[in-house]
Amino acid sequence: MSGPLSWLVEPGFFSTSTVQSALLVGGVVSFTSGVVGLFTVVRRQSFAGEALGDVGATGGSGAFLISVNPLWGFVGAALLAAGVIEGIGTRRAQSRDLATGIVLGAALGIAALFLYFDTTHSSTTGASISVLFGSLFVIDTSSIPVIVGLSAAVLVVVLLLYRPLLLSTLSPDLAQARGVRVRLVGAGYLVAMAVAVSLAALTIGAVLSTALLIGPPATALRLAKRPGFAALAGGAIGVAATWLGILLAYDSFYWPPVQHGWPVSFLIVAVVFTFYLLASALTVGRRRKAMAHHEAPVLWVAGE
Amino acid sequence: MSIPEHLLLDRVGSVLDVMDVDVILSGRAVLRDVSFQIHPGEFTGLIGSNGAGKTTILRVILGLQATSSGRVLVAGGRRSRRNPLVGYVPQKVLFDPDLPLRARDVVALGLDGHRLGAPLISSRSKGALVEEMLEAVDAMRFANRRVGSLSGGEQQRVLIAHALVSRPKLLLLDEPLANLDIKSEQEVVELLSRIAAEHGIAVLLSAHDMNPLLSAMDRIVYIAGGRVASGTTAEVVRPEVLSGLYGHHVDVIHIHDRIVVVAGANAGPEVPTLLHGEFPPLMPSAPSLP
Repeated sequence: MSGPLSWLVEPGFFSTSTVQSALLVGGVVSFTSGVVGLFTVVRRQSFAGEALGDVGATGGSGAFLISVNPLWGFVGAALLAAGVIEGIGTRRAQSRDLATGIVLGAALGIAALFLYFDTTHSSTTGASISVLFGSLFVIDTSSIPVIVGLSAAVLVVVLLLYRPLLLSTLSPDLAQARGVRVRLVGAGYLVAMAVAVSLAALTIGAVLSTALLIGPPATALRLAKRPGFAALAGGAIGVAATWLGILLAYDSFYWPPVQHGWPVSFLIVAVVFTFYLLASALTVGRRRKAMAHHEAPVLWVAGE
Repeated sequence: MSIPEHLLLDRVGSVLDVMDVDVILSGRAVLRDVSFQIHPGEFTGLIGSNGAGKTTILRVILGLQATSSGRVLVAGGRRSRRNPLVGYVPQKVLFDPDLPLRARDVVALGLDGHRLGAPLISSRSKGALVEEMLEAVDAMRFANRRVGSLSGGEQQRVLIAHALVSRPKLLLLDEPLANLDIKSEQEVVELLSRIAAEHGIAVLLSAHDMNPLLSAMDRIVYIAGGRVASGTTAEVVRPEVLSGLYGHHVDVIHIHDRIVVVAGANAGPEVPTLLHGEFPPLMPSAPSLP
């Protein structure tokens, strides 16, 4: 390609089928993560989001071991973990965190075992890097329709739960009084999050999936003050970061030190983080002003 | 001791009728034989110390807490979850500054927050209703600000508009004055009192201190030890009535337009001296008892 952007867009970028798959899958998955992640951030479930991605890695590494498409390993394990977390946890934030921690610890132990077998006993020696850090350039094209379909399903669930979820996030008591089944809505959301995170884990790696879930929505929250706009902005920022990361990865083939390309997952996360820093710098003044309103609350001690 | 005859009001036209309600939680009687009525346009204070059972009463009215016995009628019908006739402001709501919701978005959720789906097109009639409520609680000037960036008093107004936008006949508020400074406290009380009078809505507000409400309250429901007495302040806040609730002698002291309730000498060592209210700053502690 020649033209004004030729310094950025290397020749052959858009005509390479690997790049086309990466742009499609990366775009779909990061948009879904960005939209779903808005609620993860405002509901303060980042830890659960991280855990679901890591548990997905257990499933992914297990799938490699028995030669099943890792997609199903990732999604299956994350869904199972979501079920266990919801089953153990109650409405109390502390016990939810504890349940998440226990599930995460156990799953990572099993992942360590699976990855050990992957790298020593079979022909899947690349499994560790692939599961933990992923790569959009090695997506199995036969998985693409499933990834797109699951992402669409996740978006439909979030769209359906949108208002009750907002209300329960605002105040569980308020939602309950309005007849919202807070626990059911929370469980439905957790399932949607599990699928979104496992798809992100599959494509940019379990360890880095949190960056796509949390980074773009956190950036969007600095810029948007309306919920619908924030969710869409989270998705859009995720897509922008992913596409820019893919572009840079393609360019990086000629970069030092090894002149063999930089990992695309790293570049995506670097762009996500840069976006967040830029948005933060833009809004520091506004935040300071807003925080001034939040003085320490006066605690009442009633005459008992 | 039973509640005096003259405190029983007729049940005609009541918007809330609580009849002989008992609530037993894990073997402990939290509410005992609770009865009171509330009428349209009345501002009623549900007054009692922490742990007296105020929140339990509100949850019973909302249909979130099962009763062991007794009946509750809301506007003549059986109580139910998501009763559109009841608006509710829960206690200790302090919005996160990060929430991507403007004040008007919170009010709009009061109309349709329980419905599935996202409002892809905002309807004009809904917008007008939200606007009207924001005006009614004097919240227009911060309607487009993030709700988490508002002061406690402003957030309380937004919550009241959220509760009122579905046009309830009964508005329940759980400790809405906690965490407010004295100025916002008075503003919220005046606002609620005006809403009750102008819109004919029955307001039931729980508080651990009756003093900020004395000028606004039409009626008081005083709760102690899981039992209640209701009527006007003059009828209820008297040593004879309150002694019956507490189960020992109490004194009601009026100082500087405040009311303070203290335990009598025969109450026993386990009963705290100060039962309700606080002494004015010039009298930092309760007078010592013989």
